[in-house]
Amino acid sequence: MNNRDAVVHPAWLRLTHWINVLAVTLLVLSGWRIYNASPIFHFSFPEQITLGGWLGGALLWHFSAMWVLVANGLVYLVLNLLTGRFRRKFFPLSLKEVVADLLAAAKGRLSHADLSVYNAPQKLAYLFIVLDLMLLVASGLAIWKSVQFPLLRELMGGYDMARVVHFVAMSALLAVLALHLVMVALVPRTLLLMLSGR
Amino acid sequence: MFKPKRIQTLDTQAVVDAALKELPMPSRRLFMQRGLTLGGLSLLSGCTLSDEHSVERALMKVSQFNDQVQAWLFDPKLMAPTYPESMMTRPFPFNAFYGMEEIPEVDGDDYRLEISGLVADKHAWTLAELYQLPQTSQVTRHICVEGWSAIGKWGGVTFSTFLKRIGADLSAKYVGFKCEDDYYTSIDMATALHAQTLLTFSYDGKTLPPEYGYPMKLRMPTKLGYKNPKHISAIFVSNSNPGGYWEDQGYNWFGGC
Repeated sequence: MNNRDAVVHPAWLRLTHWINVLAVTLLVLSGWRIYNASPIFHFSFPEQITLGGWLGGALLWHFSAMWVLVANGLVYLVLNLLTGRFRRKFFPLSLKEVVADLLAAAKGRLSHADLSVYNAPQKLAYLFIVLDLMLLVASGLAIWKSVQFPLLRELMGGYDMARVVHFVAMSALLAVLALHLVMVALVPRTLLLMLSGR
Repeated sequence: MFKPKRIQTLDTQAVVDAALKELPMPSRRLFMQRGLTLGGLSLLSGCTLSDEHSVERALMKVSQFNDQVQAWLFDPKLMAPTYPESMMTRPFPFNAFYGMEEIPEVDGDDYRLEISGLVADKHAWTLAELYQLPQTSQVTRHICVEGWSAIGKWGGVTFSTFLKRIGADLSAKYVGFKCEDDYYTSIDMATALHAQTLLTFSYDGKTLPPEYGYPMKLRMPTKLGYKNPKHISAIFVSNSNPGGYWEDQGYNWFGGC
């Protein structure tokens, strides 16, 4: 398994990963500009780091990039399930394992020798990102189409709460992404793997 | 970017007047300046100006695609939630593309609602005539494109009743609105015929006050706030899309909830 020539990440996975990076970046930056138009909390995002120039522009970006996120996400999910990669890479996953691996990491003893196998916190983080993106799409739909999707609206706790859910899910995504980037910086070969696949 | 594009096909003088009215407002000027740059994106990718235009075109194409998706998603039988009066937002926020000091003053005695386009009866309506139509009311949530929402109670005539009364071609695609404050917008016929789409003359049981759109506002809980025109002076039925004040600057045309 630890063959340096073996493909760890198939081409479709790498492609969907980077398309997702683009879509999420556009959605987050334009989303911040939309948030600023009517902030839920007592702060706004600095406008220089937002996308769209004004609310109308930000909305155009947001409602374009959402299609990229959803289409790309569907390709990712379908291929993951069809190829059996999902089951192979992410399961079994136990809380015990997550704790054990976190402790090992804290002691500097978590092995990164075989990058084709995810450690337990990695599995948890990636699964979280997948589920959180689904929550972002669902809460986003509830905001965009609160009348046309009554069930989704009620699941989110109404129109106003859907905005809060959308915001919290975005924040959680960014927190995990920050962690993800720190890990990539600590084990830079993972970046090469996501680019070249091996 | 997202400058008005269809101005030539519209009431040019009205648009120019509206623009001139806004010039003395510093915040508005800043807003327009920001609107002309791509802001974050130019930093992100170092786009040149010509790229900006093709990006803008592509985004507008997707927005038009989103219009079609929303028309397809729109269920004419699905009702927006209604609320008890105890849940009304008090005071209901004033919102327009200008400040409260510029709310148009309309003389109800002289007022006439102009009707044109694909309709059989084009006579102009007085307020007294409009008040004679069967009245109903509803407490619904107004959702602003900015994200905030507020619950209010509007009363008036079901718009489909009015459209039938004037002999409108109900198979036409669009209903357009011109307003006393030079605002203009348009909606799809399916939404115009929705049971909760009301041509309203009252707010919270009283004559619609100037800040909420005297003498009348088209109220649609199935559409975002900017699609709900106030101070309506003319209604027309058409098969070509009349656009709208915000829509021509980049807001999504369908604007459905």
